[in-house]
Amino acid sequence: MKYMMLIYADPANEPVYGTPEFEKMMAGYLSLSEKMAADGVMLAGEGLKEAETSTTLRVRGEKVETMDGPFAETKEHLGGFYLIDVPDLDAALQYAALIPSAEYGTVEVRPVMDYPDAG
Amino acid sequence: MTAPASNAIAVTKILGKLAREEQGRLLSILIGKLRDFQLAEDVLQDAMVSAVSHWGRNGLPASPQAWLLQVAYRKAIDRIRRTKTAELAGADLTLLMEEASGQDDNPDIPDERLRLIFTCCHPALERKSQVALTLRTLGGLTTEEIARVFLDRETTMGQRLSRAKTKVAAAGIPYEVPGPEQWPARLDAVLGVVYLIFTTGHAGAADDGRDLTQEALFLCRLLNSLRPDDPEIEGCLALLTINHARRAARLDDAVVRIALLDQDRSLWEASELKEGIALVEVALSRGRLGPYQIKAAIAACHCEGDTPDWAQILLLYDELLAFEPTDVVRLNRAVALAEAGGLEAALGIVDGLEPSLSDYQPFHAARAELFARAGRRQDACTAYEKAIALASNEADKLFLKRRLARVAGNWPRDG
Repeated sequence: MKYMMLIYADPANEPVYGTPEFEKMMAGYLSLSEKMAADGVMLAGEGLKEAETSTTLRVRGEKVETMDGPFAETKEHLGGFYLIDVPDLDAALQYAALIPSAEYGTVEVRPVMDYPDAG
Repeated sequence: MTAPASNAIAVTKILGKLAREEQGRLLSILIGKLRDFQLAEDVLQDAMVSAVSHWGRNGLPASPQAWLLQVAYRKAIDRIRRTKTAELAGADLTLLMEEASGQDDNPDIPDERLRLIFTCCHPALERKSQVALTLRTLGGLTTEEIARVFLDRETTMGQRLSRAKTKVAAAGIPYEVPGPEQWPARLDAVLGVVYLIFTTGHAGAADDGRDLTQEALFLCRLLNSLRPDDPEIEGCLALLTINHARRAARLDDAVVRIALLDQDRSLWEASELKEGIALVEVALSRGRLGPYQIKAAIAACHCEGDTPDWAQILLLYDELLAFEPTDVVRLNRAVALAEAGGLEAALGIVDGLEPSLSDYQPFHAARAELFARAGRRQDACTAYEKAIALASNEADKLFLKRRLARVAGNWPRDG
């Protein structure tokens, strides 16, 4: 099954560049992506630019409404994602627990909708 | 002339017994093959309906369980062909057809209930859904009965169950017994569900629907038979057995017990108590300590001898704190400390727990007892009043009011 791991964090809680915590986080992400590559489970994974760079859009009627900033008024913002292919939720949760941001943020693990081959 | 009617009565009686005793086991097998909780429930129900007319006409098959499974597989194939949904979820029609055409003279029916209970209690499900799903699939309770347990409406509980079943399939929760690495944490979740079912039954009125304490004991014995020699399962079973033995004395935990030292020990079921205590000893002898074993040992200490061995109980709470460093355990430990002679130190500890436990009724009840012993009657009365205000059932409220009256006595209070 394919799972999307969505990584949320409050920028105020993230390790600051130049501190040992930051180094630890970087090392954690590096070893995680190496592990996922070695296990052959990673389909995609990206980090996103800060939430302030986000633009939110809605189409209401004929009108396109754009907004500066992310959709939700929450402290934790989407900061990145991994898309993995593993046998079941337990396997996905094991990888999710290795995401360094899980220690101060939140990781949402969500199955990807699966359609049969169209033929 | 009355033969068909009496046959029908006999068949429905047997089916009722099968539904009660074998439903969990049959479901556990069907879910394993179909990978769909709802489909498994539906086709087992279909098979039971078929059984009424078939068995009524032809008499009982050699193995009713195998007959029901085979018919359930056939019903599943029909439904899958109609909707195709379970096929997408991973059910293999060819395999199902083999199962459906199998001979029912092979009554060697496996037991997959360990996989089922671990799936129902998967941490990706909310605790309340874990309890509901466990009671539904393993206990065979109806949605209405489960709704009554939670004081929910039947429709609300139906939606919760249906969401949980959908999530198991859609989120890819594996139908497996966890491996050794995950075993302790996952077992803890399962035992947590079993214990919660027990305490819910213990607190509830006895005449209100199913006896949940029996349901919990059934689940725990089942776990113990499917995975023998696990000290935590034995510990949990011992804890339930000891608490069940004392049900007539209505004792729950040390917090209540301190106030109930005048309880009637003759009300305890001696043989059940003995069984529970023997089980703690077996569990502890395995040398792999865990929280349920410690809680069972504490419960055992309360029952052995004429008066509880408080020094020993205090040591056990110290051990328990290492596994469960929570304020509730700290409160229970403080009560044991007071009993073991450290009243002032206990009051100091309890004072420190106030902010986090201020909405916890047993906190105020225990504190009131400690105040009363220390001769601080006014403080004791205030604490009893807080406990009474927080008490969730009439029995607790009445008990606390009686304690308050005893402490207050004729002693005049100001304010």
